[in-house]
Amino acid sequence: MDGLLAIPRLLADLGAYLLLVMPDLLPIILALATPLALGALCGLINERSGVVNIGIEGIMLTAAFTAYLTGFALHEALGSGPALALGIVVAILTGALAGLLHAWLCVTVRADQVIAGTIINVAAFGVTGYLNRLVITPSGRGGAGVIPSASLPESVTTLPLVGPIIAMFFEQGPIAMSVLFLVIALQVLLFRSRWGLRTRAVGEHPRAADTVGIDVLGLRYRNVIAGCALAGLAGAYLTLESTGSFQNGMTGGRGFIALAAMIFGRYTPVGAFGGALLFGAITALGIVVSVRPPTGELGSLMTGIPSFWYAALPYLVTVVILAGVVGRSRPPAADGIPYVKEGRA
Amino acid sequence: MRARLAALARSAWRASRLPLLATALAMAVAAVIVVASTFFAGSGFQPLLPIFAYLNLLAGAFGSGTAIVNTLVAAAPLMLGGLAVGLGFKAGLFNIGVAGQFLSGAFAAAVVGAALADASPALAVPAALAAGALAGAALAFIPGILKARTGAHEVVTTIMLNNAAALLLAWAVGDLVRAPGFSFARTGEIGNAALPVLLGRNLHLGIPIAIAAIFLIRWLLERTTLGFEIRSVGANPHAARYAGMRPVYLVTLTMTLSGLLAGIAGAIQLLGVIGFYASGISASVGFDSIAVALLGRSDPIGILFSALLFGAFRAGAPLMQINTDVPIEVIDIIQALIILFLAADLIVKRVFRLRDRGPAIKGLDTVTRSWGDQTAH
Repeated sequence: MDGLLAIPRLLADLGAYLLLVMPDLLPIILALATPLALGALCGLINERSGVVNIGIEGIMLTAAFTAYLTGFALHEALGSGPALALGIVVAILTGALAGLLHAWLCVTVRADQVIAGTIINVAAFGVTGYLNRLVITPSGRGGAGVIPSASLPESVTTLPLVGPIIAMFFEQGPIAMSVLFLVIALQVLLFRSRWGLRTRAVGEHPRAADTVGIDVLGLRYRNVIAGCALAGLAGAYLTLESTGSFQNGMTGGRGFIALAAMIFGRYTPVGAFGGALLFGAITALGIVVSVRPPTGELGSLMTGIPSFWYAALPYLVTVVILAGVVGRSRPPAADGIPYVKEGRA
Repeated sequence: MRARLAALARSAWRASRLPLLATALAMAVAAVIVVASTFFAGSGFQPLLPIFAYLNLLAGAFGSGTAIVNTLVAAAPLMLGGLAVGLGFKAGLFNIGVAGQFLSGAFAAAVVGAALADASPALAVPAALAAGALAGAALAFIPGILKARTGAHEVVTTIMLNNAAALLLAWAVGDLVRAPGFSFARTGEIGNAALPVLLGRNLHLGIPIAIAAIFLIRWLLERTTLGFEIRSVGANPHAARYAGMRPVYLVTLTMTLSGLLAGIAGAIQLLGVIGFYASGISASVGFDSIAVALLGRSDPIGILFSALLFGAFRAGAPLMQINTDVPIEVIDIIQALIILFLAADLIVKRVFRLRDRGPAIKGLDTVTRSWGDQTAH
């Protein structure tokens, strides 16, 4: 009985604790959500135009590597600022190139789209591991460092209520800051622009879109490439803005969590961003508990949970959310089905 | 007799030429990559490097009795993992969770094996193997039932469970079952639970077990009602339901069986080769298994041969890296290229001027369709 009574008290403690650490928590949440949000936008643009992409993980990993490699190779010659900027450009191009491969396999070859994504994932793991062992590990040198975050005057970030939220979105590096704008821009474009209408038409009913003169295959190509460029940006974020180093397999399933965030957000940019923030918050919780543990009964409870459990939590939550949400989240009708023009089959 | 043999050889060639030619083409392209990357490495341009690399690969895989045994030892978990993925494909399921199921199978076998280290081998070995099989099956049951009941796609859920399983097992081996007396977190000695060595230094019992599994699954798929139902659900779930089969039950069961095979793969690798569980033991079998199943075209006999090929790659790669400095990861590149050439089979058909009608990868439509149709059955 005593145990049952403790639950509301612990929940109240938890609420108070979260409110207390919120200013620390918010920037970490956006930082952790950034690659997930960019990956989810990639998946969304692809699937809205009717192409399933499970290769986001591999695209992120490859772009993370090429971005790091650019900084690694050029920072002594150019200085670290220009090398980092070039690294971002190279990552975006890497993503676009991987997108071209995916589009070719899915649209032109009409290969199985899940297998096409698997090819990208396996190849990414091999190519990055291969070049890492060949070029970076033997050199013993480091990369170009990390892109610095913007810092706001204290009078702004200490504002009551809005201060921490402003800090969350604007005391960040350029890639994390761009996410908010990308999400809003895509939300508007997808539902309010000619491109958005055509994209949705091509994903829902390509035959009808073709009949009214929309170039189904061309639009799918362009959208897959553009989406994958965003996944490339996510890769650059991991090596150039977040960690400053490259490890084999460092994406750690983020490309797949991004897909879950996309499904959670019912294939809308704002919803997907919400999903990414949710996963970011779950991951951030483990970090904050280890850095600033709560006190009292709640403290002994939360620090008693092993750190491995906190680390596993986002993956488990992904499974639960997929199982709970997926039935109500409807994918585009032509998702995963290659389009064949009439009379050319 | 002779005519029948010739006919058999012809049909075997027809069934296997696309995978074989895709492999040859993949190795040729990988050779070009190896040559190109000598420009970036410190050693300078070496046009003949791929030849030396592949010769060392061959020597490491088949050059001696030990090498051949190593190839077989590396192939055994790939046969079981390939069967796990291939069985899923037959039912229209893509189990990318073999890595996690492999690890849980290895962990369970290690824990039970350590507990029964002093028992008689007749008890310890089967018990540890069964524990591994059950652990793999249990982990695969979750995405199976979720797919069947809610439509949550197994491609995402199995990957998530791979990550979660690796972390939770790292915790378990550190906090729950850590053996005393070692400088790092690991399970205890498995003693009598180790798989008996049948031949040479390390040709263990797991190899005949894996080969037996190949023929058992072949029998299941081709000679039983259950196998027919699994294939029907994979070919067209809606038609299968219309014919009175139960997709919910079949999807869950197939996924669980697939995890069972992956769990046995982990168990034989642990009981036959590694000997103890520690976090960070290689789960490369998980992703290799996807390539094995695709290259074997989901057919058990095809999986047998493609597992032998990838076993040879894995067994020979260390010698190649030592002698020629070509990184082991070139095997992953070859693997990706093989799948690429199977998926985009028109490249192979054009290069070798084949007139094969059918696609190189069959029966996966349902996997991708079910992504766009994530609704409960």
